Amino acid sequence: MTASTAPARPTPAGPPALGGVGQSARDSLVVAKRNLLRMSRIPEVVIFGLIQPIMFVVLFSYVFGGSMNVGGSTNSEVYREFLMAGIFAQTVTFATAGAGAGIAEDMHKGLIDRFRSLPMARGAVLTGRTLADLVQTALTLVVLAVVAALVGWRFHEGLPKALAAFGLLLLLGYAFTWVGALIGLSVRTPEAATSGGLVWLFPVTFVSNAFVDSSNMTSWLRHIADWNPFSATVQACRELFGNPGVVQSDAWPMQHPVLASLIYSVIIIALFRTLAVRKYRNSAG
Amino acid sequence: MPGAIHAEGLVKHFGDVRALDGVDLDVPEGSVLGLLGPNGAGKTTAVRVLTTLLRPDSGRAEVAGIDVLKHPNEVRRSIGLSGQFAAVDEYLTGRENLQMVGQLYQLSARDAKARAGVLLERFNLADAADRTAKTYSGGMRRRLDLAAALVVEPPVMFMDEPTTGLDPRNRQQLWDVIQELVKGGTTLLLTTQYLEEADHLAHDICVIDHGRVIARGTSDQLKAQTGGERVEVVVHQRDDIFAASEVLGALGQGEVTVADHTRKLTVPVSGGARLLADVIRDLDDRGIAIDDIGLRRPTLDDVFISLTGHAAETENGNGKASEDGDGKAAEDAEKETAK
Repeated sequence: MTASTAPARPTPAGPPALGGVGQSARDSLVVAKRNLLRMSRIPEVVIFGLIQPIMFVVLFSYVFGGSMNVGGSTNSEVYREFLMAGIFAQTVTFATAGAGAGIAEDMHKGLIDRFRSLPMARGAVLTGRTLADLVQTALTLVVLAVVAALVGWRFHEGLPKALAAFGLLLLLGYAFTWVGALIGLSVRTPEAATSGGLVWLFPVTFVSNAFVDSSNMTSWLRHIADWNPFSATVQACRELFGNPGVVQSDAWPMQHPVLASLIYSVIIIALFRTLAVRKYRNSAG
Repeated sequence: MPGAIHAEGLVKHFGDVRALDGVDLDVPEGSVLGLLGPNGAGKTTAVRVLTTLLRPDSGRAEVAGIDVLKHPNEVRRSIGLSGQFAAVDEYLTGRENLQMVGQLYQLSARDAKARAGVLLERFNLADAADRTAKTYSGGMRRRLDLAAALVVEPPVMFMDEPTTGLDPRNRQQLWDVIQELVKGGTTLLLTTQYLEEADHLAHDICVIDHGRVIARGTSDQLKAQTGGERVEVVVHQRDDIFAASEVLGALGQGEVTVADHTRKLTVPVSGGARLLADVIRDLDDRGIAIDDIGLRRPTLDDVFISLTGHAAETENGNGKASEDGDGKAAEDAEKETAK
């Protein structure tokens, strides 16, 4: 009789060199690939994801454009240039809802159980999902930038600064998908994740400098807008694009928007990634 | 020597519900344990604990000689899990699903691809390999799910109600696959609501109800434990059921079980053929016409009903079914035991 702990057959040895970070990255990419394949098979989702911000561009610039006051100017062309940073930022945050719904659906259908029973890196299911969403967000931004250019938006500070602005936008979007991941793990159904993922975005994106000049707000609302992480990214983009409507304010994030945007996004990722991964490990499904 | 699956005193509460109430299990290497019980009995909870998905409140468990609570990731390398709901990504093709699972079992991309090809052939999915799983029938999805659990040929397999909802042909196919696996030396823990399935596939059976193991043994041992023979009578008219049950009650050795719908009465007896003659005579004396009568060896169904029927009587409808699903089978098990 052999030793009591000997299994019936040798267990399949994984590549032993890949522990820790290497395995984590590899597993995340496997899951990201899976989610991207999924997206390519359900193009409707991607297309609706594109239609929505384009619709906002058109509605805001033509419906509100004539009656808006940006830095003393009521010219609708000025408003259109002003608006784009806000629409870009709002668009990247809407990726939250997709991430949440996708994860809730995986829980619902038992796929999360399958993943949790596999010898894979513990954060990889969520990291893979958020990376796939990042790719989708980048794609959306490209299309949206073209549409924005068509209605008259331009960047005036050179390509490197414009790319830096898009980098900040993607980072913000990535941060928000981790919030979505946590929501997706916390609700019972994909439908709840979709609405739960969207509902809080409205105050976050509207109590900000995204669509109106926040210096026209009443003072308490204005303070919220000035310190809103979302506003920091919008302000940073306007500076980097050289677009009008940069808010004049004493608030630190409004004075150092690029740095503030980076700090906010990193904090959101660190916090919500930790919470989401913990929730994932303990989720009873 | 502890088995390939070994659990002692597993306890798990969900709120007030004791999903597991001190479960001990031992499955020797290369054998099949059937965990039999109605929905909500705790079968799925037991599987979730043993497959590292859920931490028990107390108790300990080893799978393939590895402590489930201390080294969950090592356990995950040695197990395959095939669930009640076919857990495949319906927007990926069969091949992509298997490759992904292979890679997440830490196979190289090339090995994962090769394994996927082999499994698709073996599970008769080669023709559908490059179609999305969305287009698969229920039986095909279930086979794909099982294939995913077998990507690394784990020495220990868990199957949670593998054939629930399948038609008889697909069920038979899946049984063949499972039997082949076991022949190859795999240790298997299988949960089921179907006695026929446990009888057919399992070496040992644990009957579980309300989170407790209420009986265990081989199929034959359990049948013997329930007692010997029984007489079954089908009366011609529903009106005669009461009178017939009086006759059977007088001659039998225990409670008379009545299935109203089929007009079938069953009672445990001793005395064999001699007693059968008495039953026929007494029924005839009272003018009760019968459609069928027979002396039956106990089936596993009898075991199940006598065990779980009793348990359901003492503690009825306290929301115990919330964990395993819709509680349908719990009702199925109870409805036959009209008293």
